[in-house]
Amino acid sequence: MCFFAMFPGRDEVSMDLYPLYNSLRIAAISSVLVFFLGIFFAYYAARLPRVVKGILDVILTLPMVLPPTVCGYFLLLIFGMKRPLGIFLMQFGFRFVMTWYGGVLASMVVSFPLMYRTARGAFESFDRTLAYSGQTLGLSNTFIFWRIRMPACRQGILAGVVLAFARGLGEYGATSMLIGYTPGSTATISTTVYQLWRTNDEAGAFFWVMVNLIISAVVLLAVNLLESRQRRRRSE
Amino acid sequence: MSLVADIHKKLGAFSLDVALEAEEGITGLLGASGCGKSLTLKCIAGIERPDSGVIELDGEILFDSGKKIDLTPQKRGVGYLFQNYALFPNMTVRKNILCGLRPVKDRRERERELQDVIRLMRLEGLEDHLPAQLSGGQQQRAALARIIVTKPRLLLLDEPFSALDTHLRNTLKIELKDLLRSLGIRTLLVTHSRDEAYDLCTEIAVMDRGRISVRKPSRALFDDPEYVAAAVMTGCTNIAGAVKTGEKSVAVPDWGICLKTARKVPEDVRAVGIYARDFSPCETENRFRAVHCDTSEEPEETVFRFRFETQRPDTAPVWWRPGRTGGPETFPGELGVSPEKILLLKE
Repeated sequence: MCFFAMFPGRDEVSMDLYPLYNSLRIAAISSVLVFFLGIFFAYYAARLPRVVKGILDVILTLPMVLPPTVCGYFLLLIFGMKRPLGIFLMQFGFRFVMTWYGGVLASMVVSFPLMYRTARGAFESFDRTLAYSGQTLGLSNTFIFWRIRMPACRQGILAGVVLAFARGLGEYGATSMLIGYTPGSTATISTTVYQLWRTNDEAGAFFWVMVNLIISAVVLLAVNLLESRQRRRRSE
Repeated sequence: MSLVADIHKKLGAFSLDVALEAEEGITGLLGASGCGKSLTLKCIAGIERPDSGVIELDGEILFDSGKKIDLTPQKRGVGYLFQNYALFPNMTVRKNILCGLRPVKDRRERERELQDVIRLMRLEGLEDHLPAQLSGGQQQRAALARIIVTKPRLLLLDEPFSALDTHLRNTLKIELKDLLRSLGIRTLLVTHSRDEAYDLCTEIAVMDRGRISVRKPSRALFDDPEYVAAAVMTGCTNIAGAVKTGEKSVAVPDWGICLKTARKVPEDVRAVGIYARDFSPCETENRFRAVHCDTSEEPEETVFRFRFETQRPDTAPVWWRPGRTGGPETFPGELGVSPEKILLLKE
């Protein structure tokens, strides 16, 4: 494959693609979960009284502006193996420290605000009379939500998912604090880049940098396409 | 068989206190924008919750704050046509209408009702169009079709013509009138247009700052609006404060004149109103010298504005619409108004 030919000394056979697989898996699962959580909070936050909404908004958006290492610190504080919740979850065989699904948790915390905020923006611009007319026509609130509100906000929500996915894929700080770097187990693209660079494997680091770059570029392209389609739709 | 509503709701500085009854036919809620007309409709439909009050439809309680009854909009059997029609943008006309037919479980029955309403509302050929591809009139018909199939006990129309071009309005007004008459569906129509109210409604309730000031059959309302706010909404441009001076006479200080009236003057009279069309250069009663201010041309007629010779300088000029036929080329020096045409208004 010509792509691998760009990296002398790394052919397909010896190439360990586990970090790519792990990163995609973590980002995909986390963005699916964040999709539902983000929509749930965006929908219910809009109906709360103003003061409560303001406070909730700050708490839910905080991970977006905090350094990811600080988020990681808090995660360790809650799920650490010597913390009550950590000990409790261990009894059920769940351990978020040093496991790949701990990476899902870290990625969810950091990417949640992106989904929440874009979904909220989309819901706020939703024409309420559509929901009202649905109600007076006798449609159930569930039907109105999934068949009228969600399609009307589709573009904005999709953009939120894509952003959350991209953010989850690029997550480094909280991930490295919570799950560290174990090749073949918790290694993700971003932690691998750092590890390879640290161990003077410059070519290896460069390879993973390129992989990450390509994925991110594709994702951003998708966001831009979505947004321009949305603009066109509005101007129609 | 009627709608009885007694609604109280506070929204910031605005307070809505409406007592309303609507029997068969079309009842109009006429009022300026921001007077609480739409809010009243929303309370009846169950979209907004009143702070207190009772809403009853055909003897069934939809809302009663005392008994803690508050039916959801889905259970009220009230159809609501929104100002922007609120067609679901992601669904075709067909799917939009089928939304209203969801309770009909039998597929063939559903299809039959769908075809019936498409024919009735002349939507043939538009079934697979999205709302954005329809004209304003077609959107209105599609939205009405979607409501009709739910067989509402009461239809609420919120400014149904405001989203349409002027030239379409009159045609659609006639169409809607015929449709509602043939369906025999009881309707509450919200409008700020006196023409729409006059033409469509059997009865009109005038709303002003969250209250209903007067409710009367349409013709009677335009003949005698009784209240200042109602007179303004019926298009009376000439209103001035008045004081009772005799059983059938009032003084109008702003105009510096005394007017004879045909009706007995009530004790609590606050103002008089004269429709711009009711002045006449031939009338001998209530005849006064008038000074011409300006003339404006409208497509249908000429409008004169004048001041009584005795009128206070800081007051607004008086309007006179003689109509295209019978109107003079130049402004006459004197105008009269028949005592029967003097409106006696309360606050």
